[in-house]
Amino acid sequence: MHSINLAAEKINPLLPHTAELIVGAIAFTLLYLVLRSKVVPMFEKAFTARTEAIQGGMERAEKAQLEAERALRQYTEQLSKARDEAHSLREDARAQGVAIVEELRTKAQEEAGRITAAAHASIEAERQAAIASLRTEVGTIAIELASKIVGESLDDQARASRVVDRFLDDLEVSK
Amino acid sequence: MRSLHLLSASGGGFVPPSSNDFIFPSFFGHSQYATKPIFLVFLSVLLISIFFVLASRKAAIVPSKLQFAGESLYGFVRNDLGRDIIGHEFMRFVPYLFTLFVFILTNNIFGIVPLLQFPTMSHVSFPYVLAIITFVVFHYIGIRKQGIRKYIKDIMFMPGVPKAAYILLTPIEIATYFITRPLTLALRLFANMFAGHLLLLVFILGGDHLLKGVIGLKLISPFAFAFGIGLTFFEFLVQCLQAYIFTLLTALYIAGALADEH
Repeated sequence: MHSINLAAEKINPLLPHTAELIVGAIAFTLLYLVLRSKVVPMFEKAFTARTEAIQGGMERAEKAQLEAERALRQYTEQLSKARDEAHSLREDARAQGVAIVEELRTKAQEEAGRITAAAHASIEAERQAAIASLRTEVGTIAIELASKIVGESLDDQARASRVVDRFLDDLEVSK
Repeated sequence: MRSLHLLSASGGGFVPPSSNDFIFPSFFGHSQYATKPIFLVFLSVLLISIFFVLASRKAAIVPSKLQFAGESLYGFVRNDLGRDIIGHEFMRFVPYLFTLFVFILTNNIFGIVPLLQFPTMSHVSFPYVLAIITFVVFHYIGIRKQGIRKYIKDIMFMPGVPKAAYILLTPIEIATYFITRPLTLALRLFANMFAGHLLLLVFILGGDHLLKGVIGLKLISPFAFAFGIGLTFFEFLVQCLQAYIFTLLTALYIAGALADEH
């Protein structure tokens, strides 16, 4: 030990030591190989996985949000469409109701008109019939009465009806 | 070992620590491969490998504490030293930078770890090895990237400089790229560790020696120890910083070799 120290008095600390140079190189290379093959790839893997996990999560959230927005838009659209539809249905129904009422009214009016017309016609016909029967009956009665009064037979048909007609015409004119 | 020194110097008063304190006897006979620094270097390789293999084994998305610790260190080298300095090609160099950083850091910190207490990098051979590797790496990258002719030409005749300036610039550039850079890289690390260890030895051994002196000296001794402890914390800072600087400069040199213009 002592002798080493004495010999070492002249050792320059800046001079390399062969054994240490070799060992240093080997040790460093060894460490380099271990770290490069075992450690760096694993850390990189962890970093990549983490980045992906974070990015993936963010992307997933973004996608979900987009999806939700799309659904909301769709619902609002559908809702407004349904509202429009209901509105138009109501309008249709109202229009239809109005039309139906209108139609019924015209129909009823027509019916009423027809009934009135029919009544008029039947009244007219009966009146005509009454007039006709009256005319003959009044004629007969009048002739009978006249013949009784005059005493003259008015059996001659043609003359009789001419007399009645004249009589009736006079009646009408006097009316 | 120190006690042996003191014995050898018995009666001769305090022997100040010197570069001799950096020389260790062999564990087995005279084998140069069985000394403390060599043991420490292998120990560091073993410890770093075990720690990082365990930390990275699961590569979980939600990391355990161990994985988080390993990832923090790796992420620091990868992002702050690799990505931010080298740029888009950085991933190729991350394993090297990472190894460099943790190797230097661990061996430096050995300087203040109880029982080990020796910064391996204060033996100049180890920084030499690392500096040579960095030297070879960045020149190799530059040559492969730009072709040997353009690479050498750009170093010797920096583009965009008046011709007259080459008289001054060319020798400086050549010296920078082929001598200064690797040499300062190695010596900066070595000298910091060497000086730091020597400083700690001065205060700790000095305090120890004072304790053996007369009563007055005994009273001063605690101050020496306190200073030694304070300096230990300071050394920790220096040890981390030197590991960082070595790796940072390596990254800068690589980035420079990758860039088209120097």
